[in-house]
Amino acid sequence: MLLVVEQFLNGLQFGLLLFLLAAGLTLVFGIMDFVNLAHGSLYMMGAYFAATFVAWTGNFVLGCVLALGATLLLGILLEFVALRHLYNRDHLDHVLATFGLILFFNDAVRLIWGPAGLALPLPPWLTVPFQIMPGVYYPAYRLAIIVVALLVALLLYLVVMRTRIGMLIRAGASNREMIGALGINIKLLYTLVFGLGAALAGLAGLMQAPILTVQIGMGENILILAFVIIVIGGIGSIRGAFLAAIFVGMIDTLGRAFLPDLLRQVLSSAAASTAAPALSSMLIYLLMAIVLVVRPEGLFPAGRP
Amino acid sequence: MRTAFWLAGATVLALANPALAGDTIKIGFVSTFSGPTAVIGNDMRNSFELALDHIGRKMGGKPVEVIYEDDGQKPDVGKQKTEKLIQSDKVDFIAGYIWSNVLLASLKPVVDSKTMMVIANAGPSQVAGELCSPYVFSTSWQNDQTPQAVGEYMNQKGVKSVFLIGPNYAAGKDMLAGVKSTFKGEVKGEEYTVWPSQLDFSAELSKARASGAASIFVFYPGAAGVQFLNQYAQAGLKAQMPLYTAFTIDELSLPLQKENALGVPGAQQWVNDLPNEQNKKFVADYRKKYTGLRPTFYGAQSYDAAQLIASAVEAVKGDTSKKDEMKAAMQKANFKSVRGAFKFGNNHIPIQNFYLQDVVKDADGSLALKTVATIVKDSQDKYHDKCPMK
Repeated sequence: MLLVVEQFLNGLQFGLLLFLLAAGLTLVFGIMDFVNLAHGSLYMMGAYFAATFVAWTGNFVLGCVLALGATLLLGILLEFVALRHLYNRDHLDHVLATFGLILFFNDAVRLIWGPAGLALPLPPWLTVPFQIMPGVYYPAYRLAIIVVALLVALLLYLVVMRTRIGMLIRAGASNREMIGALGINIKLLYTLVFGLGAALAGLAGLMQAPILTVQIGMGENILILAFVIIVIGGIGSIRGAFLAAIFVGMIDTLGRAFLPDLLRQVLSSAAASTAAPALSSMLIYLLMAIVLVVRPEGLFPAGRP
Repeated sequence: MRTAFWLAGATVLALANPALAGDTIKIGFVSTFSGPTAVIGNDMRNSFELALDHIGRKMGGKPVEVIYEDDGQKPDVGKQKTEKLIQSDKVDFIAGYIWSNVLLASLKPVVDSKTMMVIANAGPSQVAGELCSPYVFSTSWQNDQTPQAVGEYMNQKGVKSVFLIGPNYAAGKDMLAGVKSTFKGEVKGEEYTVWPSQLDFSAELSKARASGAASIFVFYPGAAGVQFLNQYAQAGLKAQMPLYTAFTIDELSLPLQKENALGVPGAQQWVNDLPNEQNKKFVADYRKKYTGLRPTFYGAQSYDAAQLIASAVEAVKGDTSKKDEMKAAMQKANFKSVRGAFKFGNNHIPIQNFYLQDVVKDADGSLALKTVATIVKDSQDKYHDKCPMK
């Protein structure tokens, strides 16, 4: 029973982290109709910035805040210098250009920080396991990720649902031409949305960094999951991304945790332990396929209340 | 004027035909030079180049040409690159291979073309057993051997039970099988993770804790080893369940693992402080040539691979068409290995000692790997009976 609670928290933590990555992606994709494969590179840059600033300032929280600002600026700069010129092209051009950006960022990182990767050590107060209920210990840092991600989700919800900018963002997701026709400065809105997306990706990267390592190409595998999430959740929908991310995080973690034991009931132990990891990593894509068949527009498409 | 004309003509001809068969010794080297595990490939290349420096970049009086190919840690790419080296570059030797799954995919073209091969890392059980081949040698080990030594060490320490975690590919399965074959305590559970994409081990660590095992054994080469140790320490398991490892802590991962690796034991057939002369020279010259870097066991095996190839080419005085004579020369392992003397088994896998390595603080405060004890002497892999070569 205690194991179930712990695995449930693992799934929630993973899902919330995926949400941060997917939220930025779904905003950019949904509002700007722009396919950004380089979103994973911004995730990587967030981690590299954090490792650098934390080593530089000697303070974990301050370093992370600086890294967040740096990723935001990088996102705005990227939009201004490169991506702005691609909006009128079709999706294939977006994919080609942003794929080029992935290569650019990977090699830039190799030049600046070297090929070996960096470590982002945690301060002592985050390394102690935390007792959440009698007998259940959970890493304090993973709890911190859950808290921070939930706060960000709440903040994002308030901004999108309760402010004027949020109204424009929602309007942009529903009907792009119309808000341009109404005299809204769409260029500025796009720069803002892209910067916000970059900051969210950077936040995901820097929060994941102490658990994993900071290394070249770290954003590429996880980006695939982020795309799966926005397809399941409905493109452009923050709420969809949130629910789909938690769904995917749970399925991935609980599948890995309990599928081997379930399979051992029917298969030999050796076959089960080989098949289970392969099968559990397929579950997410299975879910995506089912969603695409039943509701091609996603579970919670944008533009609907 | 006329002489100048002929000279120019001869030069053009010579340039156009740089590799008239037998002019140079051609070696193809397949390893990973891109992606997160490229640091391993770089270390192997550095060590291979250093060995060539040490032997004067000539073998049997002929200059040596090495063609490095990147497998990107993918079996299909490794196979393509291997075929390219054999068919279009027509190499005399093929060496390298970090990953067991890449090696298994690449083996057939090598065996079919009877190309001489020296494996510098991967050690899948199949290559030691039923897929052994007369022209295929290894300067590393068979995958099971190192974890077998870890299992022996755990017996010596009186460990009662263990939870096993490893990646779901050829080497991961061999490693966990290796521990199980020698460990006398109870195996409370085993988990395989998706390789190489899974980097979060929270679900597996939770299960390990819930199993109530007294210890954990893992095999995670490269960056995954850093991530595992991070998460193991963050989960607070370091005080509860001591960790035993194979190929998880080395000179490449240690600078990132830092204090998390302190006091975590592992087994290895080569450690940087082994006291033989060849090893002292290797380690000192490596650190001199590549400032800021330290050689790893991957590098030590690649250094030995170059030496083994050189010993074969010297034996036939550069005539690489005499494959059976080269094979006979290689079987003697007649070169100064950085791990100290060793023999080849009937399947061309080394019969060698395994040492206990531990992470300690150097005099200057930096972390380093040290040999603590010899766990097993003259270990031979358990698959050699299945190899038809006698």
